[in-house]
Amino acid sequence: MNIALYKSRLLRFQSLIALFILCLGLSILSDKFLTVSNLWNVMRQISVNICISTGMTLIVLTAGIDLSVGSVLALCGAITAGLLKNGIEIPSNNLYIGFTILGAVLAGVLTGSALGAFSGFTITRFKVPPFVATLAMLTVARGLTMLWTQGFPISGLGDKFLYFGTGWFLGIPVPVWISGIIVAVALFVTNKTRLGRYIYAIGGNESAAKLSGINVNKVKIIVYTIAGALAGIGGLLVTSRLDSAQPNAGISYELDSIAAVVIGGTSLSGGRGSILGTVQGAIIIGVLNNGLVLLNVSPFWQQVVKGLVILLAVIIDKSNSKND
Amino acid sequence: MLVAKNITKRFPGVLALQDVCMSLEGGKVTALIGENGAGKSTLMKILSGVYPDFEGEILFKGEPVRFTGPADAQRRGIAIIHQELNLIPYLSVTENIFLGRELITQYGTVDKKRMRKRTQELLDRLKLHVNPEALVVKLKVGQQQIVEIAKALLTDAEVIIMDEPTSAITGSEVEVLFDIIDDLKNEGKAIVYVSHKLDELFRIADHYVVLRDGKSVESGSMEGICQDVLIQKMVGRKIEVIRKKSANQCAEPILQVKNLSLKHPVRTGEKLLKDISFQVGKGEIVGLFGLMGAGRTELLETIFGLHKGVEGAVLMDGQVVQIDSVAKAIQAGLALVPEDRKKDGLVLGLNVQTNLCLTTLEDMEEFGTLNTKKQEDLTTRYISDLKIKTSSQQQLAGNLSGGNQQKIVLAKWLATKPRLLLLDEPTRGIDINAKTEIYKLIMQLADDGLGIVMVSSELPEILAISDRVLVMAEGVLTAEFSVNDATEDSILKAAIPKSVYAA
Repeated sequence: MNIALYKSRLLRFQSLIALFILCLGLSILSDKFLTVSNLWNVMRQISVNICISTGMTLIVLTAGIDLSVGSVLALCGAITAGLLKNGIEIPSNNLYIGFTILGAVLAGVLTGSALGAFSGFTITRFKVPPFVATLAMLTVARGLTMLWTQGFPISGLGDKFLYFGTGWFLGIPVPVWISGIIVAVALFVTNKTRLGRYIYAIGGNESAAKLSGINVNKVKIIVYTIAGALAGIGGLLVTSRLDSAQPNAGISYELDSIAAVVIGGTSLSGGRGSILGTVQGAIIIGVLNNGLVLLNVSPFWQQVVKGLVILLAVIIDKSNSKND
Repeated sequence: MLVAKNITKRFPGVLALQDVCMSLEGGKVTALIGENGAGKSTLMKILSGVYPDFEGEILFKGEPVRFTGPADAQRRGIAIIHQELNLIPYLSVTENIFLGRELITQYGTVDKKRMRKRTQELLDRLKLHVNPEALVVKLKVGQQQIVEIAKALLTDAEVIIMDEPTSAITGSEVEVLFDIIDDLKNEGKAIVYVSHKLDELFRIADHYVVLRDGKSVESGSMEGICQDVLIQKMVGRKIEVIRKKSANQCAEPILQVKNLSLKHPVRTGEKLLKDISFQVGKGEIVGLFGLMGAGRTELLETIFGLHKGVEGAVLMDGQVVQIDSVAKAIQAGLALVPEDRKKDGLVLGLNVQTNLCLTTLEDMEEFGTLNTKKQEDLTTRYISDLKIKTSSQQQLAGNLSGGNQQKIVLAKWLATKPRLLLLDEPTRGIDINAKTEIYKLIMQLADDGLGIVMVSSELPEILAISDRVLVMAEGVLTAEFSVNDATEDSILKAAIPKSVYAA
């Protein structure tokens, strides 16, 4: 009994322990890993994944999935950058609308929300499986990005705009602040609000949730909308850090995001998991990426290692839940 | 308190309820009884707002109401305990009980403290000693059932519907539930109690309503009525009987089942099947009757090698069959036509030919590839033998009618040349003409020398075509009749489980 209790406590921290071992190993193998500048650099890189993975976690908790986050991120970044740099020009009416930074950022995030809401709508109204609906959105959003940018990066966005991706506030990088606030809000929503309760309930047993009087469709649309908005914020961070909106930004980000969710222990069949788990998952992936670069592992091998780590994490998780 | 008038509910192709009337009084328990498929659960789902779409009228406290959904019915004071458990496994007891009606603090967050306190009170009242924070998945089934009951008691509902609330709980828990029902009665609530366990009804019910084939056929006071009379009211359905010619009773046995027991997959110590022995002769049709949860399907599946934790022996032609895999069962000459043909019997998205040849693909192979001619021949033969109506062999199985789908499932098993056919509800959900054809087919197969075990919930059907009738209740074989001695009353009586109140 005591041993079982001890074991279950240990299991709760297993990803933290894995992270600790990973960091320990890297700091022995590389003298560059455990430096202040490198750690902040890692955190800065991770913050984008944390952003979109938070939304992904909410979706996966409802037993859904969102493959479109990478493309939506690219489109939102491009819209923000385009509006900021060029505004909207309608030559026939001799009209020009300029955008402040705030306006451009809002427009980008709203675009993400709208695309997320659209995915949620097709999933609930037409019963399109989330995998298919968001796969379609992945292509649509990438295409819209190409149309908007004409295939060229939009660069030179002004020093003020770069603050989001590269600035510091109270000694901590701004993107870390932003992703931290998002995580805090998501924690609050999942633990303290009705919406959070409903998200878990829907993933756990959708028909029971319906019979309890929960408006399942509404909750799902809200969740996809939130995920879209968070992809928009991710787009803002990426664009600002690079001082450029790349038409190819965010490719395969959905995979890193799903990996973070899965490593964090959230069940792909819904109903079980947590935001904090996902944060740990994202950090593990980020540290792993950083470590492999520091150790001069070839980018090809990096992908192999990453894949194996994901596999390992899920296998461990499965065998643990069997012991339950 | 609540009056349902002329309720009619149609599902595609089926008239589930027809002109059903029922009235509930405060402070009284109304028992709703009827055979499987009589429409009890459908009626309860209408009263609780799960099916907002129906014909007829519901008066609640004298006013006509129309619920838009389960939440609406709940808000107006109608609570239901569903037959199948409707809990979210990975939420806590508290979270489940308050799902959809969480208490909120002044800051708009969920008020965990107050909800936990309320849950503790409910659990104390129900004498369920579990932590309100425990995940529901960790509870035993009986405990989950009580959580489900707690859910219904949370809101101060005036009408409480209990659909088979005792199906998963044990003696002492049933006692607690009945005490609570007495309390609720004294508080003036109206209670609907749906159960197969007639002896329970005599303990708690004041009135009864009998449903048969979707119609309310009788209602009245429980006082002065006895179990036999109630049973008589439940049966008595009319079906044109196509009785089989006198059967060859003393045929040599094909299948012998000896002392078969099956352990419950989750609950240790409990058994789904208890010490079952019977045999089936060559050319004999054995009808197997039982109410929901009697273990009929489990019995067929166990004989077919689908379950683990089996004790006892299965013999085919006097030879012991290792009943640990389906492959061995098929090899021994067994075939199982499952209850849910859409889920377990057919691949709906594949065509007739592919479905039909699925069990005999090895025979269709020649030089490592599937021989088209052989497949066509086999399909052609069964289409004509069983009179399957399909536009072509390439027609998708999903596009055929229920009766023809069932024939394909039969055909694909007949193609394995079995000597014993296990049929689980072979006529479920198909229309009357198709049923007659299936009956004829089954009798033809028996005449050709197959042994047949047919599970059915329909008494007239069992009486029409069986040579012998076995009755099960709660995993035990409770009676055996030769068809000439069997009546609907006697069969149903043997099928009704004896709960703790039998004494």
